[in-house]
Amino acid sequence: MNFRIISALVMRYLFLYSRSPMRLVELAFWPVVDLVVWGNVTVFIQKNTNPEFGSYVLFFLGGMILWDIMFRAQQGVAISFLEDVWTRNLLNIFVAPVRSSEYISATFIVGMLRILITAVVLSFISWFGYAFNVFQLSWWLIPFFLNLMLFGWSLGMISTALILRWGLAAESLAWAIPFFFQPVVAVFYRVEDMPAWSRPIAWCFPPTYIFEGMRDVMKSGTMNWDYLGYSAGLNILYLALAGWLFVWVLNLTRKRGLLTKFATQ
Amino acid sequence: MPPPPDTREVILEAIELTREFDGVKALDRFSFKLHRGEVLGLLGANGAGKTTAMNCLLGLTLPSSGELNAFGLPLQANRIKILQRANFSSAYTALPGNLLVWQNLLVFARIYGVPNSKKKIAELMEMLEISHLSKRVTGQLSAGESTRVNLVKAFLNDPELLMLDEPTASLDPDIADKVRKVVRKVQRERNIGILYTSHNMRDIEEVCDRVIFLHKGKIVCQGTPADIVAQSSSNNLEDVFIKIARDGELLDEPKKESAV
Ligand SMILES: Nc1ncnc2c1ncn2[C@@H]1O[C@H](COP(=O)(O)OP(=O)(O)OP(=O)(O)O)[C@@H](O)[C@H]1O
Ligand SMILES: [Mg+2]
Repeated sequence: MNFRIISALVMRYLFLYSRSPMRLVELAFWPVVDLVVWGNVTVFIQKNTNPEFGSYVLFFLGGMILWDIMFRAQQGVAISFLEDVWTRNLLNIFVAPVRSSEYISATFIVGMLRILITAVVLSFISWFGYAFNVFQLSWWLIPFFLNLMLFGWSLGMISTALILRWGLAAESLAWAIPFFFQPVVAVFYRVEDMPAWSRPIAWCFPPTYIFEGMRDVMKSGTMNWDYLGYSAGLNILYLALAGWLFVWVLNLTRKRGLLTKFATQ
Repeated sequence: MPPPPDTREVILEAIELTREFDGVKALDRFSFKLHRGEVLGLLGANGAGKTTAMNCLLGLTLPSSGELNAFGLPLQANRIKILQRANFSSAYTALPGNLLVWQNLLVFARIYGVPNSKKKIAELMEMLEISHLSKRVTGQLSAGESTRVNLVKAFLNDPELLMLDEPTASLDPDIADKVRKVVRKVQRERNIGILYTSHNMRDIEEVCDRVIFLHKGKIVCQGTPADIVAQSSSNNLEDVFIKIARDGELLDEPKKESAV
């Protein structure tokens, strides 16, 4: 891996974002809309129920913010790739001495920058608007953030592989894929509230441990350490699988001669 | 008399390169050598296999069979090393349209690790007479302007091997002439080996030292443009092209022989 090449690719995305402020607006717009809607619902419920239930409702806000981090990380990877497809730049990249690992790393970094922006905006608004201090999660936030980002990266690579294989027809998958996982990773409810048959599935995915952990931390200020271990371990597994899938699809498109057709379509 | 063998270093070599798409051979046991400092033209009708050949040589498409070497190294195993010393431009790819011209060029200069990149970009833009386009949005350039920006990208890393797929498509005759001259000038100064495709016979006659005619993925004839015209008893390269495109071979010679 060559850091100069990664930085060149990241530079290209920075130019892109600096040239089109709409892309930055998009980073904040949906998260803010979500936050305001959920925030208001929370306030409404808190006012009209007993305090204990009211404190549970805050789980929605926490879940929403953490979910968005994962979603943004996935989008950062998938959209960075789509930008190259949309602008017919893919061929230029593939005929330059750029390794797949360097290309993917650059999209990871863009993914990270995107979630940093989103996370700052959301934390700020939730604090001032709803007195929900994300930092009540204290330093737990760091492993939460990292684990969700890693899973977002894996999903991003999988989305990219699908687009590479099926072309722009698969583009909508770039947006949809994270939501395939939303029902099973216990974002807004506990695993024990899910139907019994679906619980083992839930524990197969790293974010489940994070969302469970988040609720524990909000309730009691601490969480099961094993959860962090499982989540990190599974994340490494998924990253490896997703990376393998990406390289496999890339070679397949080379074999079928689809890379050029796809890149110039 | 056969021409004396070319003693210059072979920088690109295809041996029995074959590429099938769904049972149809886009390239059929295509072999050739490109020497350092040589401009080799790849000619043939639409669908003859020129772009497929280039894509294989760039590692974008894997051959069904055959061997590819560049700078004496097997291509697939040394792709990154080879691409660092090569470059490519085509009328059919574009640099990201939403960036400014200088931003795009700077990104690629950095990817290729060009020392003194700003100066290098300025020099190349001046040479292609597009210095005034530096601050323009890439996507808003005319076809001819963006072709020249692509050429600046292709020259950025001082490639020893350059592949140009129809670089003059969509250029007006004046600009096409300028582009040919610049390509020729840089090629001579830097002793670059170029693989060149074009449907413009003027291009080929002016730029190429040697040409290969492809038909349905097979070599029909090769030689210097002048030799080929002489061989075929045609008046010019354009006539040769049309004959090959229609008959799939250069019929004149066998005819002459059978008449004897
Ligand atoms: N990915 C692909 N899948 C299927 N067939 C393909 C693919 N790429 C090329 N072909 C076929 O291979 C043949 C050679 O195509 P190629 O693009 O190499 O032609 P060309 O000589 O560059 O033509 P042109 O002058 O029109 O650019 C054509 O018949 C084309 O349809
Ligand atoms: Mg072509």
